Parts: sequence; structure tokens; C-alpha cells
Amino acid sequence: MNAIRYECDVAVVGAGPAGIAAAVTAAGAGARTIVLDEGTGPGGQIWRPSVKVGQPSRASAWIERLGRSSATVLRSTSVVTAHAADDRFVLRGESTEGAVEIVCRRVVLATGAHELFLPFPGWTLPNVFGIGGAQALLKSGLNVRGRRVVISGSGPLLFPVAASLAKAGAELVLVAEQATRAAVVSYVASLWRRPSTLVQAASLRASFIGARYQTGTWVSHAHGDDVLRGVVVADGKRTRMVDCDMLCTGFGLVPNNELARLLGCAMHGRFAIVDDTQATSTSGVYTAGETTGIGGVDAALVEGEIAGAAAAGARPSAALLARRNRLARDAELLARTFAPRAEIKCLAKPETIVCRCEDTTLGELDGRWTARQAKLYTRAGMGPCQGRVCGAALECVMGWPSDTVRSPVQPARLSTLTADFSAASKPSSTE
Amino acid sequence: MSDARLEVLVNGKRVEVEPGTTVAAALLNVRVPSFRTSVRGDPRAPVCGMGVCYECRATIDGVAHQRACLRVVEPGMRIDTGSGR
Repeated sequence: MNAIRYECDVAVVGAGPAGIAAAVTAAGAGARTIVLDEGTGPGGQIWRPSVKVGQPSRASAWIERLGRSSATVLRSTSVVTAHAADDRFVLRGESTEGAVEIVCRRVVLATGAHELFLPFPGWTLPNVFGIGGAQALLKSGLNVRGRRVVISGSGPLLFPVAASLAKAGAELVLVAEQATRAAVVSYVASLWRRPSTLVQAASLRASFIGARYQTGTWVSHAHGDDVLRGVVVADGKRTRMVDCDMLCTGFGLVPNNELARLLGCAMHGRFAIVDDTQATSTSGVYTAGETTGIGGVDAALVEGEIAGAAAAGARPSAALLARRNRLARDAELLARTFAPRAEIKCLAKPETIVCRCEDTTLGELDGRWTARQAKLYTRAGMGPCQGRVCGAALECVMGWPSDTVRSPVQPARLSTLTADFSAASKPSSTE
Repeated sequence: MSDARLEVLVNGKRVEVEPGTTVAAALLNVRVPSFRTSVRGDPRAPVCGMGVCYECRATIDGVAHQRACLRVVEPGMRIDTGSGR
């Protein structure tokens, strides 16, 4: 296994829109910049290239800008630890090739978000996917032709995913939005200032017109023996059975703030607190994108540009700052409109698994515990995902704030953690 | 996209997959019933598709616990599923 050390001014973790914008901007301001990303290429989740149809044009434009910039991109590389050492930060990561260590002056965390999965009976069956999960798998080559699909979740992600599944030949049976009709109507009405979004939504809806879109509705139960056969659909008054062989479910996004928390950045709930320049409470650490609030790709790009400029010692423009503040208000409205309703939080039965890694059931947990106690008594949150799935779920279902983050933030090879970079590697730095 | 297929070994069986596909998508396309076996013995398959949930873990070229959703298929790749935790 290789052990390679890089030295740079700015290390950007994550190459989604926020990370790409940060890296392009930091490199443009003259900083030696390295971007690390777990994916096979830049783009993150929203700009994940599709095996069949490639990238949307805005994505390719930014990815090309990244390619033309002086920033070095380390793909298929997960950052597993981070710490401050004097006036530097040391990040350690791994790829299939070996271990890497990045020694840098500033860090921009653009680690994005993952879906909020909430437990319900049957949610562990094969062919129950996330909504973004189904989109990611579809783009990475999943064949959905002829599959009968139910989508149950909340928020603006439902439309594009339903549309792309339908375009790929899936038979959309039902798209269930848990938010009330009134909430959705009022949200849509608020979009009058952005008619292009309305047009886009209408065109997406047209592409899965064969399926019902129902508000105030959710899947309460998935059934099947070893694989999904169907779901129970509820609306608070009555339930009905719907046959399907694929269920996509998710109730919003959870920021990936493990590294920020490891580096001691102050949080407000799950989100990192930042100042006007996207600087966190830890000097030298910046964060941009979903880590600061779920604002989508537009907010991520603006925040990335601001963070990249600030991390490189440049001053972000007033226009960028104004745009960022406007987009932050949109994010708040989205969060309010699509917050999971109470019924969604109590679908799990005592025998329902809540921690998928450790197979801990809801009945094993005691409401008087903390997340830490649940870990110690039942191993909930101690498996390979390190509580990324059950931590957010139990915060929602049990009201438990997630436990502290420890290094390494995800499973890593021992050779990554023990690699001696001073001896084993040829120290290299970017141009 | 070309129609070229490449060959991988899934649980010892030769399977043709589309280049560029992730291991997770390739296994789902050939209807592998279970990626891993859970602590209490249940079959599990991918959920998040983006490296977060660790449900798609498979043994790839002899290396256990690889997240199949983060790896792209390569010619001759050996993929083994259904192992315990």
C-alpha cells in the first residue's frame, strides 16, 4: 500500500458543487489547493454523472473549470481523520491505492449531506432504497425498466427522482409526499418569484404523469419475505395495500458534519455555525454547502465561492454575500414546509430494527437514555456507518442529540491509521 | 455509449455488465438476492447509494467490506456477496 503526503495551502474535502466552487476560487486566488472526494469523479451527489446521459451542462461547466484550475483532485479518497497541529491541519485519508496525508493551512469542508431515513416495519428489506439513493444507483447503472416503484418521502427531491425513474422505464405507482396539501400549495405559491422553478417542476411532473402524487400520505409498512413485495400506504385516516417491487423513501437531508465536529467547530443542531466568510468557530476551518443548512445546489455554489476565496485570503464580493443570504432564507422555508410530521416519527414498532448495522430494535431502547447510553447498552450506532443512519433517525424518533464524534470518522484500514508518512513516502506538494 | 460489455465474476459465476456501472448497480441488475447478511441473519442490499449506509458491503478482489456503491466494475473483478458482518 502506498503512503503519500501532500502539502498545500487549502484542502477542500468533498467535490460536490460547494467543494468544486471552493477549489476553483481558492486556486484562482493563488492558493495551492487539493480537493479530496470519495466519488469516482468530481460532482458529488447532485452532479453525479449518469452512465447513460452524462452531466447536466452547468455541472460540466464547473467540472471543466475545476479541471482547468491548478487544484489537484484526489478522487476515490475518503478522509477518515483530521486534527490541528500548530498552525497546520493534518487530514488522513485512504483510497484503494493506499493512504494519503494532507498537511494544509486551511480546510474547507464541503462534505454535503445524506438522506434522513426513518425506521418503519420492513424498511430493511432489499429493494427499499433512499430517494436520493435510487437516483444515485440509477445514475450509476441500475436498470429499473419495468420495476413498479413507490416513492414515499418529503421535499423537492421527489419530483426529479420520480421523473428520472419514469424516464428510465420504471412504472411509477405512487409518489407520496408526507407534507400536507396546504403546506405544499403554500410552498408552490411562494415560488412565484422564480417562475423557472415552477416551469421545471411542471415539466418533471409531466414526465411521471401516469403516477398519482398524493400529499399528506406516507408508507407505513413494507412487506415481503426476503425481498420487497408491497407496501401499506397511510394518510392518518385509512390505510391501503399497494404492490410494488421497489420503494424509495427519505425525509430530507442530514448534513455530513462528522469532520467539522471532530475539528471542534461549533454546531447549531446538526448544522455548522459559520460567519459571513463561511469560517467556522475553529480558526482556519471553513465550511460550505449543505453542512450549514439544506439550501441545494445554488446555495452550495455561492457558499463554496465565498469559502474558497476566504480560505485563500481573498475577500468575497458583496454581491456573493447578498446572494448567499437570500438563498439561506429559501432554505429555511424548505425546511419548515417539509419537516417530517409526528406520524412519520412513530412508525417503528418495538420489533422494528432501528440500527441497521447492529440490528438493534426499537424495543431494546429506553426513552430515558441518551444516544451514548444506547450505544453502550445495545451497540446502536457502533456499526460500520458509525450512526450516520440511526443517529439522525434516533434524534428524530427519540429526541436524542447524536453522540460525540471520534476519530476515525468512518471505518478505515489499520494501515491507513498507522502509515508512517515521514519514512514511507516521498513528500510531494502541488504546483 | 457503446454496447460493449465487460465480464466480472459474481460469487464465482461469470456475469456480463455494462462498463461504467458501479458494483452495487451491477449486482442489483443481475438480481443478487443479498449483498450482505445482517447481524441476526437477514439479507441486506444497498439503501443510500452514496457510501453512507454501508449496507452494500461486498468482498471485491478478496478485500472484504468494500462499499459496492463507490466502486466501478473492472474487467475480471471478483465480487463475493452474502458474507456476515
